[in-house]
Amino acid sequence: MTTDTIAGTTVELNEEGFLVDPSQWTEEMAVELARREGIDPLTERHWQVIRFMRQQYEATGSGPTVRVLGKTSGVPVKELYQLFPKGPAKLAAKIAGIPKPRGCI
Amino acid sequence: MHRIVVLGGGTGGTLAANRLRRAYSGSEAAISVVDQDDRHVYQPGLLFVPFGLAHLEDLVRPRGRQLHQGIEYLVDPIDRVQLADRAVHLASGRELPYDVLVVATGATLAPEETEGLTGEGWMERVFTFYDLEGAEALAKRLEWFDAGRLVVNVVEMPIKCPVAPLEFCFLADWFFRERGVRDRVSLTFVTPLDGAFTKPVASSRLGGMLAERGIELVTEFNTGEVDGAGGRLVSYDEREVTFDLAVVVPAHNGAAYVTRSPGLGDELGFVPTDEHTLRSKAAPEVFALGDAAAVPTSKAGSVTHFEGEILVENVRRFLAGLTPDAFYDGHANCFIETGFSKAMLIDFNYDTEPLPGRFPSSVGLPLMKETHLNHLGKLLFQWFYWHTLLPGRDIPGVHSAMPERGKDRRAETKVETSEEVAP
Repeated sequence: MTTDTIAGTTVELNEEGFLVDPSQWTEEMAVELARREGIDPLTERHWQVIRFMRQQYEATGSGPTVRVLGKTSGVPVKELYQLFPKGPAKLAAKIAGIPKPRGCI
Repeated sequence: MHRIVVLGGGTGGTLAANRLRRAYSGSEAAISVVDQDDRHVYQPGLLFVPFGLAHLEDLVRPRGRQLHQGIEYLVDPIDRVQLADRAVHLASGRELPYDVLVVATGATLAPEETEGLTGEGWMERVFTFYDLEGAEALAKRLEWFDAGRLVVNVVEMPIKCPVAPLEFCFLADWFFRERGVRDRVSLTFVTPLDGAFTKPVASSRLGGMLAERGIELVTEFNTGEVDGAGGRLVSYDEREVTFDLAVVVPAHNGAAYVTRSPGLGDELGFVPTDEHTLRSKAAPEVFALGDAAAVPTSKAGSVTHFEGEILVENVRRFLAGLTPDAFYDGHANCFIETGFSKAMLIDFNYDTEPLPGRFPSSVGLPLMKETHLNHLGKLLFQWFYWHTLLPGRDIPGVHSAMPERGKDRRAETKVETSEEVAP
């Protein structure tokens, strides 16, 4: 666990860089977290996914997997990979300040 | 009289119904089990079919005959569950009201959700061994496959029995060596995970076992398209893996009726369920177990078995007006077939990853080691499945709660290096 200052707020991050306390998250933080991952700027399509991730997390307690995102977020899987390269579910979760999706066991 | 309806006559539904039947007399509860067909498949056996080590007739028995006397068995597809009315609607038009509903309809394969997977080359150079027809067709193809690149691909998690694709790789290595063509066949395991398996110590150990056998490992590959004609897997981030023969584990969904039942399931048709009490989040009188339940552990028979004991206890508490507080710890236990008549045993739960040691105690079977004894354990398990597990009896020494005795906790933080038993 490390302590870091993101968009002016001191927060704790886990070993993989995910926010330890999702309630600390702000939209300004998302912009900086995205920049650190090489995504700059965040477009309206990015925000659509990020807001959807937050909603899902608040409703179910965990972030959705890529397939669920593709089915329900309104952004097709192919585009998700363009918006959040490599692992959309993981990367969008990180930027949305929620824990890594734990779908895969 | 309580009316208990169990959806699904597979591992979970059968063992839950049989345990419930023993718990209640005929005048205390009426128990019905519904399934769409009468073929109960011993799914762990599917792995062996492609290599000619098991045959379909050994793996299939009638579902109805696995149920105790006094359980009504209905062969009728499920149309939907109406939670508000506490009733199940069947395709025939029949309606089953319930006081308690147990959802145990497992997972279904969704190959059509991956572009191209069921297109050209399906069942010719692209196969799955996750159902009877696929496993048998693949067996015929493997008989004369003696050169080229065989790729084993997991499209997306969650899947049933997450170790099975690895076991397939190990058995394929053995199979081609036995036939003297291993030097002409290349084997590649392509996974969406960042390692061979999900849990760190086991992932490192299993990754090492792939490397020793000369099986290539491609990680973080999210299959977007299977091009059967061109012999290519294409990932969403546009990487490619070519193949001559592809063995694909398709994406999984829950049963289709779950999605047709308002409020019952999630986007994939699995039933959100409390991971400890096994009560669904949909309604207090609905419980779920096995592959159908969305809980954070493996979709595996051992999990279903361990869940069964807890689920039945909680159904009884619920019907008695008590809080369902029996506690499932996420215990899972898998024999991993590693080829050359050896197998490795892993044992874990929600909080404890697979560790070396012995199971169920310090004088038991070796954990995370390839041994002939574990292979015999895996074969013997089929007998236990039909005669002990499905009837809802306990396997001596094996309980729902994960045993702590025999586990070597020192391995927890460090990653194991090799202590190999060479094939």
